[in-house]
Amino acid sequence: MASTATLRKPASGFRISRKMLPYVLSLPALLVCIGILIPFITAVIYSFQRYRLSQPWARQFNWGENYLNFFTDPAFWNTLKVSLLYAGITVTLELLLGLGIALLLQRRSTVNNFISIMLLLPLMIAPALAALMWKLMTNPSFGILSYLASLIGLHDFRWASSPSTALLTVVLVDIWVYTPFIMILLLAGLRSLPTQPFEAAALDGVPRTFVFFRITLPMLTPYILTATLFRLLDSIQQFDIIYAMTQGGPGNTLTVFQVEAYLNFFQSTNVGRSAALMVILWAITYFLSNIFIKNWLRLRERARGEA
Amino acid sequence: METTSTLEKTLRLIALTLVVIFFMFPIFWIFLMSFQTNETILAIPPSIIFTPTLSNYAALITGKLTTAAGTLDIAFMRNLGNSIFLSVTSVALALVLGVPAAYAFARHKFKGSEDIAFTLLSFRFAPPLLVLLPLTQYFQWLGLSDTYFGLIWVYQLICLPLILWIVRGYFEDISADVEYAYRIAGHSWFATFRKIALPLAGPGIAAAGLLAFIFAWNNFVFALVLASADKQPVTVGALAFVTSSGIQYGQIASAIVLSVTPTLALALYAQRYLVEGLSLGAVKG
Repeated sequence: MASTATLRKPASGFRISRKMLPYVLSLPALLVCIGILIPFITAVIYSFQRYRLSQPWARQFNWGENYLNFFTDPAFWNTLKVSLLYAGITVTLELLLGLGIALLLQRRSTVNNFISIMLLLPLMIAPALAALMWKLMTNPSFGILSYLASLIGLHDFRWASSPSTALLTVVLVDIWVYTPFIMILLLAGLRSLPTQPFEAAALDGVPRTFVFFRITLPMLTPYILTATLFRLLDSIQQFDIIYAMTQGGPGNTLTVFQVEAYLNFFQSTNVGRSAALMVILWAITYFLSNIFIKNWLRLRERARGEA
Repeated sequence: METTSTLEKTLRLIALTLVVIFFMFPIFWIFLMSFQTNETILAIPPSIIFTPTLSNYAALITGKLTTAAGTLDIAFMRNLGNSIFLSVTSVALALVLGVPAAYAFARHKFKGSEDIAFTLLSFRFAPPLLVLLPLTQYFQWLGLSDTYFGLIWVYQLICLPLILWIVRGYFEDISADVEYAYRIAGHSWFATFRKIALPLAGPGIAAAGLLAFIFAWNNFVFALVLASADKQPVTVGALAFVTSSGIQYGQIASAIVLSVTPTLALALYAQRYLVEGLSLGAVKG
């Protein structure tokens, strides 16, 4: 390595010492992001205050009161329940569907490659706009899906505007947007697996279910874990689809963490509660992202090694 | 695959057809709807046979929406302009800031470099509203509320981590020996970076830039919280348009089509890099 070489004076003039160079290079990027740490700390402070925008004079530290109140607050338990339910259902279904599609497309062929490129398109549409597309398709007076529902006997199926089917509808949009994400990651994983174990199993006439559960699945596990955690981190924070589709409604059916915090801040102007909600969500994502990063690093090293 | 039976082939074909229909139909349907008048949209049963009209697009482009109640001004083209401006400048800034930093992280294992890189990555996973809500107040004090400058700064939270981690991977793939040989020949550090490292990592930088553009374009929550009507990108603007225009379904559909076309086109153009980019370099496409 060049670590002992002294830096020649560049023809054009200024000189940066070798030791300082990496800091100089990364400093601008850091400065831009450090600005973000300040509001983060502010949010934590707010979460320990009694702070309503409508009553700025009454602002004072109440220490853990915002958090303690959550224990007896049915709205909070609803938020926690809906967030976990949403994340759990979407990620499970997307994983099963994504794995299934990846297996269908595993063999390299012109048709399969073309389909896998086409399936990327929903992922590239802004989730907020995807929600609007589905809103048009589920409109009670002309939506094609409402029409199809009426054909199979579900007259007056209300989709996102009924409390009983709102979760189902936003989950459907989430699946439409994000299944391709899991699919392409697992497809790339499947195609990068070594071929020898499969050839050996084929020679020995091993049954295909056995090959799938004992060879394919274990070898694919790091990819599945990375894709799942990636999605879980995003899904528990879902805002765009739910807000664009129902703004958390009807009632409080879909008030997941970020939607509830948004409504608390802008509608009921309860800054303290809003900040406390976000700090709790941050704690959940921090815990998940630590597991994620460890797993992701291992996969990344493997990808580098094979490159 | 030699053992594949006809039954299995048929089942695979059916499954794939259903998958393609589920994922492609909404795009196809909204596209059709954008060429329809309200009358054909509201017709029951819905039909894919109709006389296409460009009137929806014409109304959006001229900004004048003629309804029974009179003429309504729509600012959708302004939203589209905002989206282009915000995404392009954010990605440009992120490249200027991020590429040198990525090079530093890839080539020099300096003290704390991994910690800093991970801190930057963790921004990708933090709940955006945690930072955004207090930021609205800081922006008011700093006079940054509802400015393009403020928005572009916040958009760095999306673009920078992406560019940093993808480009870093590409720099790490370049053999350090090539650069070292060039340095030995008496060239400065900067010349080596410019003449050797940048061109070799070029495709990776381009791919990271395109992905960052797509993510910036698709962002919703930042502008929802921080921008007023005349600075809003299409994601927020389209939602506001739905509320204001109410029942102009054809125009809503054509607004959606115009809003998603740039990202879809870019994705098709750069699809080779998408897998690697979306997994932040953990999975090779």
